[in-house]
Amino acid sequence: MNIHEYQAKGLFAQYDVKTLRGIVASNSTEAAEACKELGGTIWVVKAQVHAGGRGKGGGIILCRSPDEVYEAAEKLIGSRLITPQTTADGVEIRKIYVEEGCNISRELYLGIVLDRERDLPVIMASIEGGVEIEEVANKNPEKILKVHIDPITGLGDWQARKIAFGLGLQGNQIKHCIKFMKSLYKLFVNLDCSIVEINPLVVSSDDEIIALDAKINFDSSGLFRHKEIEELRDVYEEEPLETRADKVGLNYIKLNGEIGCMVNGAGLAMATMDIIKLHGGEPANFLDVGGGADSKQVAEGFKVILSDPEVKAIFVNIFGGIMRCDFIAEGIITAAKEINMSVPLIVRLAGTNVELGKQMLSESGLDLISADDMNDGAIKAINSIGGNA
Amino acid sequence: MSIWLDSNSKIVVQGITGKNGQFHTEQMLDYGTKVIGGVTPGKGGQETQGLPIWNTLSEATDAGANVSCIFVPPPFAADAIMEAADSGIELIVAITEGIPALDMVKVKKYIENIDTRLIGPNCPGIITPGKSKVGIMPGHIHRRGDVGIISRSGTLTYEAVNQVTEIGLGQSTCIGIGGDPVNGTNFIDCLEAFEKDNNTKSIIMIGEIGGSAEETASEYVKEYVSKPVVGFIAGRTAPPGKRMGHAGAIISGGKGTAKAKMNAMERAGIHVSENPSELGKTLEEIL
Repeated sequence: MNIHEYQAKGLFAQYDVKTLRGIVASNSTEAAEACKELGGTIWVVKAQVHAGGRGKGGGIILCRSPDEVYEAAEKLIGSRLITPQTTADGVEIRKIYVEEGCNISRELYLGIVLDRERDLPVIMASIEGGVEIEEVANKNPEKILKVHIDPITGLGDWQARKIAFGLGLQGNQIKHCIKFMKSLYKLFVNLDCSIVEINPLVVSSDDEIIALDAKINFDSSGLFRHKEIEELRDVYEEEPLETRADKVGLNYIKLNGEIGCMVNGAGLAMATMDIIKLHGGEPANFLDVGGGADSKQVAEGFKVILSDPEVKAIFVNIFGGIMRCDFIAEGIITAAKEINMSVPLIVRLAGTNVELGKQMLSESGLDLISADDMNDGAIKAINSIGGNA
Repeated sequence: MSIWLDSNSKIVVQGITGKNGQFHTEQMLDYGTKVIGGVTPGKGGQETQGLPIWNTLSEATDAGANVSCIFVPPPFAADAIMEAADSGIELIVAITEGIPALDMVKVKKYIENIDTRLIGPNCPGIITPGKSKVGIMPGHIHRRGDVGIISRSGTLTYEAVNQVTEIGLGQSTCIGIGGDPVNGTNFIDCLEAFEKDNNTKSIIMIGEIGGSAEETASEYVKEYVSKPVVGFIAGRTAPPGKRMGHAGAIISGGKGTAKAKMNAMERAGIHVSENPSELGKTLEEIL
């Protein structure tokens, strides 16, 4: 789960990770008042959207007067921001963050992620701040410092020092950097983060170490113990159909094709998308009904798939393990009663209770196309909408 | 022969009184798995399905258990794994989905110096057809044979098993290693064991997008595996930055793509099937 920069900085403040003072605003009047409250002579107005690359998209504006802040807010709020990480339509800006200015002497990069190869959290730092870190990693991997952290002992002073000296910090900067990293690691662990990234991390002219940006990504499996984080969720940043599916415990991701997919298991769901593509079709979605879904959830899954106007056919691909084929059949029948199944429905059932499931479907009198295996199903789905697989 | 699990394995089910624990204990018993009891703290002394319930794992190992199957809910699952490791369980199969990644980081560190094997979490388990099944896979699709199967995904493993059975072959052992970013047994552990196992003649390896486990495993195959390997990677059509169900299945920063993994497999001499319904056929062609 992602959160906005202003929310991440709120959490930073709770953990004593140094940031600049700022106020969030949802209209231009609030923005102008915010800069008066902050004081000073220079402010930065920043679009609050989850996508990265906001600077490149024009979502970050430097202002030298309250009037300029007002104008910047006027321009941003309600407009759509297009960045290298958004779709061509961009995302709507609903809030902005007005932040005080700062005298920057150096821009660095700092991040904590889980290293999947070593199964340990790793702190990554670089003197190349403010640029795409993936680019640095590809072109100059030696410019990225890495320190792996033992989960039992935590981040040692000596490890933090290694990074601080590695970044070429001096004098008071060293001790500020050590304190900064230790606080940040504490936040990473306590809040079950999967990524905490600061780009740029700045060294100010008075030797402070400050997070100029803040990105936090949470491990969704850890959210059950952080209700306060769950409340930071911004549904406007999410695909509405995904949120709706999520509410009934279904894992749905919208794609851009025409063939809706309902599958049990994430791996098989991905493979089903792949096989559709392989035969020249385009999947409309990823949908894993999981192993524990009941017929009501299955019915809701159909409704979600059919809410996507692009969908021209639905391919149900089930290999029953924990999931029983009769549950799926019942869900299909329930859904068909409640909504108009206006598109061809291709069904492949295998595994647990397959005979019962097939019998229920044939007795229901529903108009559907049955498939022998997933290959057959993908071909029939494509051909049902005029394709030639 | 087979790997890690045979008819002598004695299984204890952790979380035996929960809904999933109960259902799958029954399924395992039906398959002929030697389940000798279960653990649910606070319910020690009671019975379920004719089996004793213990409060602690050490009571189970005292009774002879050497394999544990975990259905404990996510908030308590990491603790359950460490208890099993500490009690001398040789093989721990963690089915639980949704364990926080940082809990698993601690578990991995804890079991590092203990002589135990963890499979999972978030996996279907392990089965040696005709002998023992520890997990949630449908037993009836399996058949005794000489194909070893390793996969990060559950239902996709069933798909592979079914195809192998349909071409008239069978499986030596099938292992689902799980779809989480931090897990126990990895592809290489399984490949090494299958390479050594006399009764495994060929291997099917099913990966998916995210991480670099498939790339590392391919390097291993090139270097150390003499048996024929068929490979598949799920998620060719997955968009970057979107988590495809499994916590570990995400393409981020341009890494973990299906294409890179398939290329790595091909470079290692693995026979990559582009079509997930042709795993059996691909295997048949090379044998």
